[in-house]
Amino acid sequence: MARYDRAITVFSPDGHLFQVEYALEAVRKGNAAVGVRGTDIVVLGVEKKSAAKLQDSRSVRKIVNLDDHIALACAGLKADARVLINRARIECQSHRLTVEDPVTVEYITRYIAGLQQKYTQSGGVRPFGLSTLIVGFDPYSGVPSLYQTDPSGTFSAWKANATGRNSNSIREFLEKNYKETSGQETVKLAIRALLEVVESGGKNIEVAVMTKEGLRQLDEAEIDAIAAEIEAEKEATEAAKKAPPKEK
Amino acid sequence: MKLDTSGLESAVPVWGAPSELVDGFSAAPSFEVPNTTDFDGFQKDAIQMVKPAKGTTTLAFIFKEGVMVAADSRASMGGYISSQSVKKIIEINPYMLGTMAGGAADCQFWHRNLGIKCRLHELANKRRISVTGASKLLANILYSYRGMGLSVGTMIAGWDETGPGLYYVDSEGGRLKGMRFSVGSGSPYAYGVLDNGYRYDMSVEEAAELARRSIYHATFRDGASGGVASVYYVGPNGWKKLSGDDVGELHYKYYPVMPSTVEQEMVEVAGA
Repeated sequence: MARYDRAITVFSPDGHLFQVEYALEAVRKGNAAVGVRGTDIVVLGVEKKSAAKLQDSRSVRKIVNLDDHIALACAGLKADARVLINRARIECQSHRLTVEDPVTVEYITRYIAGLQQKYTQSGGVRPFGLSTLIVGFDPYSGVPSLYQTDPSGTFSAWKANATGRNSNSIREFLEKNYKETSGQETVKLAIRALLEVVESGGKNIEVAVMTKEGLRQLDEAEIDAIAAEIEAEKEATEAAKKAPPKEK
Repeated sequence: MKLDTSGLESAVPVWGAPSELVDGFSAAPSFEVPNTTDFDGFQKDAIQMVKPAKGTTTLAFIFKEGVMVAADSRASMGGYISSQSVKKIIEINPYMLGTMAGGAADCQFWHRNLGIKCRLHELANKRRISVTGASKLLANILYSYRGMGLSVGTMIAGWDETGPGLYYVDSEGGRLKGMRFSVGSGSPYAYGVLDNGYRYDMSVEEAAELARRSIYHATFRDGASGGVASVYYVGPNGWKKLSGDDVGELHYKYYPVMPSTVEQEMVEVAGA
């Protein structure tokens, strides 16, 4: 006999699930996260709120790996994220045990999305307040993928996407500037997108790069270097625009 | 681990729905336990009594061109031959085969169940399941029923992205990957011929002939094996049945009757 037999997520008269929509609001207040897929690489970037002086920044990792070949970044309630990530990590290992093969990115995304959906249709629980960006390489075909899930439990694959604070502006930027890139170009595109809404500097963004070899977190110095490159490029294009073209 | 009874479910009463059928049932149907002093010992004896002796010969081996699978077709209940035409090679799906040794019902049911699971995997993941994965699914299910009297000694043979695959799975929960296996009461005889004649780079015809001969020799010496020797080949495009020869006819093919020279002939003696 269920004690909680009255669900908290119920339909409104005009067909909305308000709890899910409120969860999406929570996501919109979370830190910005962006993901960009290249031909041989996938990049995740997350906004890092400036760490308190006494806080050990290494314990606040925003981009985590679910398995050797899959990583996740999210926007929203971090405590909910921890629970979801733990369940996903267990599922990755469980899959390896039952079929002797690593999960595909699509499989684990479907699992996480399924979990998020379950909590919109159970008694006495509230939905998870986070959207995730899941990146990885398919263990069989070696193709890179980027997926996004949200509190309603829907998921889809993307070439590039953003979630969290100001995600609309980042997405607009990506729609204007996205093209198929590889390697360092993809990293630059991701950082450029994130810098649209975040103050520049290595200590404000966390960037991780997923290649066939695995996940690599970029350190501050690297991010600063790339950010400086981007600044320089921007200034160059500004200057070229202002000065009338002499050649041609 | 939750037992997989999905194949046994019939009209499951909906929880909470008032119904004449449901009243009186509070949980899953159960059965009475016999009162003995030593229930564990009794259970062991019961299982031993029920456990058929796996009277059969099945074999499978991987070679250059793929996997060859062969089996006899005799079913025996003790000394009684109950059938000479049992299908012991079960088609799980167009690119995977399973062999039957042990309890016929157990093998048939769990292979069909495995076929269902493989299809569901294909639908969910948009790709075929690997032979590794399929054999692991079956092994996990059989392990969860360990000690409850299932008798299954099967080989899962197939062709997937990594090439030909062959696994031996049994009802004790064991699972082995290998190049050559033979299962059943006739397996020692089959191994003798198979191991002697095996080479990795054989052609499909040579491999089929080796498989056929191994089954024939096993049926010749083992009373619980006989009937028809079926040979299947699993290649990159799936499995194909190559032959099904009666072992009696194979005997005369391998050992044709030679007219022997007569030393003395009886002649008509002129009546005295």
